[in-house]
Amino acid sequence: MISVSKGRRDRVNPWTYMLLVLLLVPFLFPLGWMFLSSLKTQVQNTAFPPVWVFVPTLSNYREVFQKNPFFTFTVNSLVVALGSTGLALLLGLPGAYAIARFRRTGIALGILTARMAPGIGYLIPWFILFTKAKMIDTYTALILTHLIVALPLVLWVMMGFFEDVPGDLIESARIDGCTHWQAFLRIAIPLAKPGIVATGILAFIFSWNNFLFSLIVAGFKTRTLPIAVYSFLSYEEINWGGLTAAATVITLPVLLLALLVQKHIVRGLTLGALKG
Amino acid sequence: MPVFTGPSVLAVTLLMAFPVAYTLYMSAHSWFASSLTSPQFVGLGNFRRAFVEDDRFRNALWLTVYFTGLATLLQLMLGVAIALVLNRPFRGKGLVRSIFLLPMVATPVAIALVWMMMYNPTLGVMNYLVGLVGLGPYKWVSNAAVVVPALVIVDTWEWTPLITLITLAGLATLPIEPYESALIDGASSAQMFWRITLPLLRPTIIVALLFRAIDCLKTFDIIYVMTQGGPGFASETLNVYTFQVGLFYFHIGYASSLLVILFALVLGVSLLLIKVRRGAW
Repeated sequence: MISVSKGRRDRVNPWTYMLLVLLLVPFLFPLGWMFLSSLKTQVQNTAFPPVWVFVPTLSNYREVFQKNPFFTFTVNSLVVALGSTGLALLLGLPGAYAIARFRRTGIALGILTARMAPGIGYLIPWFILFTKAKMIDTYTALILTHLIVALPLVLWVMMGFFEDVPGDLIESARIDGCTHWQAFLRIAIPLAKPGIVATGILAFIFSWNNFLFSLIVAGFKTRTLPIAVYSFLSYEEINWGGLTAAATVITLPVLLLALLVQKHIVRGLTLGALKG
Repeated sequence: MPVFTGPSVLAVTLLMAFPVAYTLYMSAHSWFASSLTSPQFVGLGNFRRAFVEDDRFRNALWLTVYFTGLATLLQLMLGVAIALVLNRPFRGKGLVRSIFLLPMVATPVAIALVWMMMYNPTLGVMNYLVGLVGLGPYKWVSNAAVVVPALVIVDTWEWTPLITLITLAGLATLPIEPYESALIDGASSAQMFWRITLPLLRPTIIVALLFRAIDCLKTFDIIYVMTQGGPGFASETLNVYTFQVGLFYFHIGYASSLLVILFALVLGVSLLLIKVRRGAW
């Protein structure tokens, strides 16, 4: 069946579309249901059998923003995500370049192992240290813990992108009198730019989505969006409309960002094990 | 090139080597995160306690293996099957691939929340949907007997696309010659799949399996948000149990030894699969 599809690209089997729809619906449904529920009233959300056709209302969104400091949570999430992504790129780009260029495979393997270790293993020691240093509930502590995810990601994924930069270009720049730094800044960085953008966006998404680290390190002042939504859950009477509205507000930016870098996302999610 | 690698190696070391060393040190101690008493050296006592005395640990270990096995197997079969469909010629490939990305990048807390709503035993849409084909109603995550499969469904929804996309990348690099000669020899498409495609894809599939197995062992967000390890301890995997021991009860020493065990498990799976992969080549 593979060879047939390779051989005759022009012929499209109508059954393929049927199959595609059957496959796509389950993968889209939960996100669609989240969005639909955010436009329903509480009565519609608690109806059984579920309501499929209804007049949409934006009252849930209004309520979420009015009743909660949702704007503060968003700012917190943005500060932490941008801070950890920026720092990871600043520290990680030269490192990734050196590992790729000078074949430092030992360092690379160390980073991969570090990535495989369970997150809680990093969280407990840092939590104790931050508690002693009275740094719990500060941006610094949050950014540092999010860096634990972002830095290996940048190092590992960018390593692959820097390997794709033709070595001849770097060599000739060196012969023309460029220092290693100049070759890195003027040749490698511009050539790897699409990769840098994609990696940056991925690091941002991972930080924005992070639950475990923020759950422990963030407090009232620095509470990020995922923790805010999680805390809404503990209310006695669950307001599904409000919750799904909040969930939609958190998820939508990430989905849009992911679509921007979709070409590189698999590479990033597998930490560069696959190029493509 | 110390100027280049220096800052990042230093940062990685500070961020990650310190916790690793601390965890290893603490795993041989008993300490309750109190400033009044200092850590007590217990040698391998924590590990003995885990394997000999702690039923909750053994339950967690089993659930971790159960969850990981079920989830990886399901995702592998579904993921490869979907990749084969997506590899057929059709219009709108870019759009379909984009849609498959969405579950992986959506915020896990939001995902957990939506599935909790869908799994609601009395009002949830899942019971309505399975009811249409004459199944259910189930209590999903509120029933100890089905909570793990219910969580596996969520993880499968979230991560099958990864296997699909990895397999698709592998399919794109397959050589065309074996298929041509197979066609000449009159092979059926089923034969070509089992005899050519699958063996050629094996390395790719094993990489995908490796990534999923490692991450499944460490699954935290969706389990913690949806069940917190419950009902009872019916979905308390090793990662969730360790979180409770370390950051809820503050038994730092014991939690550290549980982490060593979890990491050994992760490392074991990686080594095993790397070995299998080498053998395949």
